[in-house]
Amino acid sequence: MSEKVKVEISKELYEKAKKFIEEQGGFNNVEELIEFLLKEILEEEEETPLSEEDEEKVKERLRSLGYI
Amino acid sequence: MVSRPHGGKLIDRTVSSSRRERLLDEARELPRIILNSSLAADVMNIAHGVYSPLEGFMNKEDYEHVLEEMRLSNDLPWTIPIVLDVDKKEISDVKEGDDVALYYNNSPIALLRVEEIYKWDKKRYAFKVFRTIDPEHPGVFKTMKRKEMLVGGPIDLISEIPEPFEKFRLWPKETRILFELKGWKTIAAFQTRNVPHRGHEYVQKAALTFVDGLFINPLVGWKKPGDYKDEVIVEAYQALIKNYYPKDAVVFSVLRMEMRYAGPREAIFHAIVRKNFGATHFIVGRDHAGVGNYYGPYEAWEIFKEFPDLGITPLFVREAFYCKKCGGMVNEKICPHSEKYRIRMSGTKIREMIRRGERPPEYMMRPEVAEVVLRHPNPFV
Ligand SMILES: [Zn+2]
Repeated sequence: MSEKVKVEISKELYEKAKKFIEEQGGFNNVEELIEFLLKEILEEEEETPLSEEDEEKVKERLRSLGYI
Repeated sequence: MVSRPHGGKLIDRTVSSSRRERLLDEARELPRIILNSSLAADVMNIAHGVYSPLEGFMNKEDYEHVLEEMRLSNDLPWTIPIVLDVDKKEISDVKEGDDVALYYNNSPIALLRVEEIYKWDKKRYAFKVFRTIDPEHPGVFKTMKRKEMLVGGPIDLISEIPEPFEKFRLWPKETRILFELKGWKTIAAFQTRNVPHRGHEYVQKAALTFVDGLFINPLVGWKKPGDYKDEVIVEAYQALIKNYYPKDAVVFSVLRMEMRYAGPREAIFHAIVRKNFGATHFIVGRDHAGVGNYYGPYEAWEIFKEFPDLGITPLFVREAFYCKKCGGMVNEKICPHSEKYRIRMSGTKIREMIRRGERPPEYMMRPEVAEVVLRHPNPFV
């Protein structure tokens, strides 16, 4: 497990999150839910796009096979 | 938007052409591990990102996590271990940290950096993955015949394996671009190892009604005796799509990967793989990836509850049947009539008819599809 830090959120939101977990399941506690949501948003940035040349190659193949 | 790859990044372990020659020479000097066709397919799938975020064969930590928790050690959902089994004597002069060459059909196809060599308990693997150790189960049978040690570590693909269905084979980086070009925001993937009957068509079209595009992605490769041959599946789908599907709503491509018949666990695995292809939705059938009576008919639906963080939405489409009273294809939920009006689409029944050379009736199988199957002297593995 990696090192943990403290983050403060509003009590209202915390209670809502707790209720959500109780009703929906899937998470053991609010920390887990928050980690999951943050990962979802932040990991979006990680994908490295193909170079233009590679993308052109892919399109060429798709055209030659009749997919586009 | 197409789905984000599992773990956030589409893996690419293919090497550039400039490095290829050098690595091929290097590979010929290295200790060799000989791959069978299923493992060779795994190597290709790792290299082309089908198994993202995996960059190689699993080390012990991931292997154990997947067996016990159905997650990788970083907590990402993953249900089927991707492992490379070897004989002790095959790796007698290999130690951790070495590079080895992976050979298939007498040529080096990849390099593997050996991070870990470890023992596995095949019975425990079978029990966890297949929930049975019955040797009659095709997955268990195959597992028990595997070699005694496992080797984990990242791979680099240096040589592509020729694909008999090259014209119909797309990799994730290709489908992702294709879906974007088509402007599809929601894509439902359909996994299959069968020639399509009317029930499959109904399920696919039910899903397609609610999404932008349908991605039909049959598995080619090892299957159990009695299953359809790959070429029959491919031709049958060509016939079906040509005659009964709107051209712009479907993408058909094959995936070379072995069937494991691991039921619920394999349903999750199949969904993850299709997420890497860019699908946003995954159609989960009744008894998905099941065999015999090892799994309950809806166990493969239940297991999705354990993965709220899967990143691809399962679509649970009920099994379809023909109802004489309704006068068409329907399912449990929308047909009020009793069993005597219902004609079930049984793959087994259809296969028996085909074996006898009979043409399945049109309410079970489209005539163009039946035509393809009957044209093959022996359409079964
Ligand atoms: Zn009815």
